[in-house]
Amino acid sequence: MSETTPILIGYDGTDASDRAVQFAANRASAEGCPVHVIHVLEWSPYSFLSTKELEERHQRRTEELSRAEATIAPALRVFTDRNIPVTSEVRYGHSGELMCQIATEKKATQIVIGRKGGTALGARLMGSLALTLVQASPVPVTVVP
Amino acid sequence: MSCQKYVPAWAAGLATSIFPFMTMAQEVTLDQRINETIAPVSNVIASIIFYSVPIGDTNFPLIVGWLVLAAAIFTIYFGFVQFRKFGHAISLVKGDYFHPEDAGEVTHFQALATALSGTVGLGNIAGVAVAVSIGGPGATFWMILAGLMGMASKFTECTLGVKYRTELPDGRVSGGPMYYLSKGLAEKGKPGLGKTLAIIFSVCCIGGAVGGGNMFQANQAFQQMVNVTGGDSSFLVGNGWLFGLVMAVIVGSVIIGGIKSIAKVTEKIVPFMAVIYVTAGLVIIISNIGMVGQAFSDIFVGAFTGAGVAGGVVGALIQGFKRAAFSNEAGIGSAAIAHAAVRTKEPITEGYVALLEPFIDTVVICTMTALVITISGELNSGLTGVELTSAAFASAYTWFPLVLALAVVLFAFSTMLSWSYYGLKSWTYLVGEGKGKEIVFKLFFCLCVIVGASMSLGPVIDFSDSMIFAMAIPNVIGLYLLMPVVRAEIKQYWAKIDSGEIRKVDKAITAKAQA
Repeated sequence: MSETTPILIGYDGTDASDRAVQFAANRASAEGCPVHVIHVLEWSPYSFLSTKELEERHQRRTEELSRAEATIAPALRVFTDRNIPVTSEVRYGHSGELMCQIATEKKATQIVIGRKGGTALGARLMGSLALTLVQASPVPVTVVP
Repeated sequence: MSCQKYVPAWAAGLATSIFPFMTMAQEVTLDQRINETIAPVSNVIASIIFYSVPIGDTNFPLIVGWLVLAAAIFTIYFGFVQFRKFGHAISLVKGDYFHPEDAGEVTHFQALATALSGTVGLGNIAGVAVAVSIGGPGATFWMILAGLMGMASKFTECTLGVKYRTELPDGRVSGGPMYYLSKGLAEKGKPGLGKTLAIIFSVCCIGGAVGGGNMFQANQAFQQMVNVTGGDSSFLVGNGWLFGLVMAVIVGSVIIGGIKSIAKVTEKIVPFMAVIYVTAGLVIIISNIGMVGQAFSDIFVGAFTGAGVAGGVVGALIQGFKRAAFSNEAGIGSAAIAHAAVRTKEPITEGYVALLEPFIDTVVICTMTALVITISGELNSGLTGVELTSAAFASAYTWFPLVLALAVVLFAFSTMLSWSYYGLKSWTYLVGEGKGKEIVFKLFFCLCVIVGASMSLGPVIDFSDSMIFAMAIPNVIGLYLLMPVVRAEIKQYWAKIDSGEIRKVDKAITAKAQA
């Protein structure tokens, strides 16, 4: 196994992110480098919760984490089937900020994500991970349609 | 309804025999009937809780002294923690010490925001108006003082709320005075006393939930609706039950029907309304900046001379202390239930965060309301409650009563939701968990919304005040017995800070849930 730096993949279980996984798998086996799969659960420390939600937060978090594990499992299998070394993490926070930060930490060569395929207006209003990364990423970004 | 003059609550010892409302010759509406049925009961309860001793020419309710004494003792025992650790509290809320591994859990900010949304409400708008209309501008001074000291009470109870909370096997967290009273005192070798106090607290908390957390809210929201729809000639006059019914259905659809969208919308709008309210208040204060000096001088002079106030200085002091306690609930124990859900390894950190609550609620927002009322010159208009606040804001902006009406209804609604939760937690503590048992409480809670909207302000305030203050009796006894525990927590926490075991976290590093 080569000790080179990994390709980072943002994975959320959608069809587009499955295509991103395929693309990254091809790149990784061509380059002989490992991959690192990230699943981000959108979360803000400043959002407002009701008393009931406060009570149940810890319980929900445990559920969310196990659901997230189940979500990324098929993606991980794609890499292991092709003998590509793969690591993964599930994290809470802002997806754009987190991916940039992890890319720096892991010294990633590039970031690969799928795109939602929304309209330009929708992306402007809702905020788009692809746009954020293109603006802010410390490494090259590939957006797979 | 505004023609009925409010009976000062501190005279409630006599109130059982005074029913000015019943002597009015009018056709008997459903509202009056509800009022006549409930008022004698609430007056008896009020006269017991507000047992007063004569001081000079006025009556001093012992329960007010009980709370203020507690706040003073905690302030001294913890060495003025509310001033020394104010900066540390801000730092905790900002997330400077937030461990990245805890991302996705309840943060200090979230626990504080939720607890605040339960306390910031009508107490800040209507309660302050009641205080200054009875106690004069001087009541404001005592209110601020009580707010500052109350920070120490809040610090104590919220630390204990987190320390002795219960984590259910399914991961849910339950905390509050019933838990620290029973578990904490059992640790101190007094399980019987702890259990008894926890039960008394739970009973009073249910009363407080339907009183201050429900009937008072429904009542004042209705008053303001009458106010903006034409005052005495409004079609709503005498039909409080109808307004109450509508409110009850909406509250019921959230707490029984579990309709999250209504609660979600309220959550989004309430902070926004709070910002509008505070901004409008600040604009009025700034545009009358020349009168602020006079207003503060009225407040200080009034506080120490009691000029023109029934009961003089003591009268002003009682009103200030009472409304502060009613508004920020320090020493009452309610907030400890909301704060208990935070994710922290150090219970004391939530105590520090919680001490900001009376500061924001009383020292900032209540003081602002009092200043606006004093500046507006509406104080001698004979109005009280939310009508007085509304008139004061209207003197600057004629359209403001409409905004205030919306704010009042929303604040009332969010406070009701919070208190329905506090009441429910106490109820399930008493009778045990169970869907059927929960429904019984929730239905009763909705019924009280209708009752509250139908009654006149006097009996509602007496009942609300007495039940909320009653919670303070078992709670404060527990706090006295457990304050050494809090001191031990402080000691070990600062030892960890000094040794570097706990230190600020680089904020750029967010959660690492799994490697």
